[in-house]
Amino acid sequence: MGTLYEDIVGYGGEVFGEEHMETLRECVQCGKCTGSCPSGRNTALRTRKLFQMALVDLREEIFNSPELWFCSTCYTCYERCPKGVKTTDIIRTIRNLAAKEGHMSVPHRMIGVYVMKTGHAVPIGPDQMKLREAVGLESQPPTTQKYKEQLEQVQTIFRTTGYDAMIDFDWDAMNLKGMEKKGGKKK
Amino acid sequence: MTEDSKTYAYFLGCITPNRYPGIEAATKKILKEFGIETKEMMGASCCPAPGVFGSFDMHTWLPIAARNLTIAEEMDLEIVVTCNGCYGSLQEADHLLKEHSKLREKTNEILGKFGREYKGTTEVHHSIVVLHDVIGLDRLKAEIKKPMDDVNVAVHYGCHFLKPREVRGHGSSETPYILEDLMKVTGAKVPDYKDKLMCCGAGGGNRTADSVQSLEWMRQKLVSAIEAGCDCMVHPCAFCHLQLDRGQTEMEQAFGVFFNFPILFATQFLGLALGLSQEEMGLDKQTTTMPEKLLK
Repeated sequence: MGTLYEDIVGYGGEVFGEEHMETLRECVQCGKCTGSCPSGRNTALRTRKLFQMALVDLREEIFNSPELWFCSTCYTCYERCPKGVKTTDIIRTIRNLAAKEGHMSVPHRMIGVYVMKTGHAVPIGPDQMKLREAVGLESQPPTTQKYKEQLEQVQTIFRTTGYDAMIDFDWDAMNLKGMEKKGGKKK
Repeated sequence: MTEDSKTYAYFLGCITPNRYPGIEAATKKILKEFGIETKEMMGASCCPAPGVFGSFDMHTWLPIAARNLTIAEEMDLEIVVTCNGCYGSLQEADHLLKEHSKLREKTNEILGKFGREYKGTTEVHHSIVVLHDVIGLDRLKAEIKKPMDDVNVAVHYGCHFLKPREVRGHGSSETPYILEDLMKVTGAKVPDYKDKLMCCGAGGGNRTADSVQSLEWMRQKLVSAIEAGCDCMVHPCAFCHLQLDRGQTEMEQAFGVFFNFPILFATQFLGLALGLSQEEMGLDKQTTTMPEKLLK
């Protein structure tokens, strides 16, 4: 574990390229991101502040800031930043690092559960099958939820990258560890 | 290849087939009417959502997206989508894997565990771009059976259709034109409204984690469209549709007010103008109801 900046460049750089992530250094705190932010209009999210926190290595503070999760990834600031800071990809990378260190809400972890069980973040049920029939479509689309061997490929990806361990997934119960069948306790 | 290609692999994603199949039905019907076939992608999964899985672990997001791309590659077809999330995810993954050879190697190591390989032989297109650029405005205009001359449409682009521009390639994200062009083909007016370019509020895990905040965001957007005199909102994204349509029921629960402001996917609005019924496009089975003006 290096500084937060080094980790952002390292982890995000493997996907986006290091130069892309190093744009964080270009931030001059002008606040155009914050002024453009549709979330900041209603929430405590101050994108400019997040970047300054990242640059001065306030790792625990940023990981424990609820507003880190208020960005909708709309890319408005990404397009408007006069210094070319790749804002949205930097925010997503900080979230990745936070999640790896256990800062991930139960509803967010549950999205992973649905995808591990069905291959879909929003799976189909009997009522929706009727909706499909009403518009002349096959009751179930030919996706991972229908074909087990295809779903197993997606499950292999989760096992390989360690996503299952990251969200504390229990393969026997096909749910988060320590969760009741419905709903569940907060971590 | 795109201009001559008459068959696309239709990447369904989650919300289109599993919540709003009317979007799927409308899109297939319209493309077919103009000579474009769509083929199912057997074994496709969630794209997976770029603002959600991309926020949790992009090293998991990427191979799942790449796996979906390989299905179209095996079909030797380019992809068409009806959700900005799917568009964002698949096009971004394809872009990154084409740009970075090391990343491609690493991704193929994972895909190789079940005999797949990303080759970089497909492209990802949005259905409204196929309508606009492949079918073309003139051909669409010639088939309009129910002109929408007296309808004011609030266009909503969603975020990942336009941005990031360096990947999407649809010009300025501040002055977009594709949806406006498609609506004007029907005779509809497309007034500007204050929050036209604003996000629906659902993305990035917002809808899941903090629904009231996400609904307030959407409420402001709808109010600004209604204040501009718009009769309905038309968009190119199944995930925005979930937020903007079903979200109006949730808004009623959260704030005690039901707007019933009609929400339509672009192909559903065009479908009405081309003479399709609301029933065959599922518009009679969603939260918001269609006014007479749109159905006449």
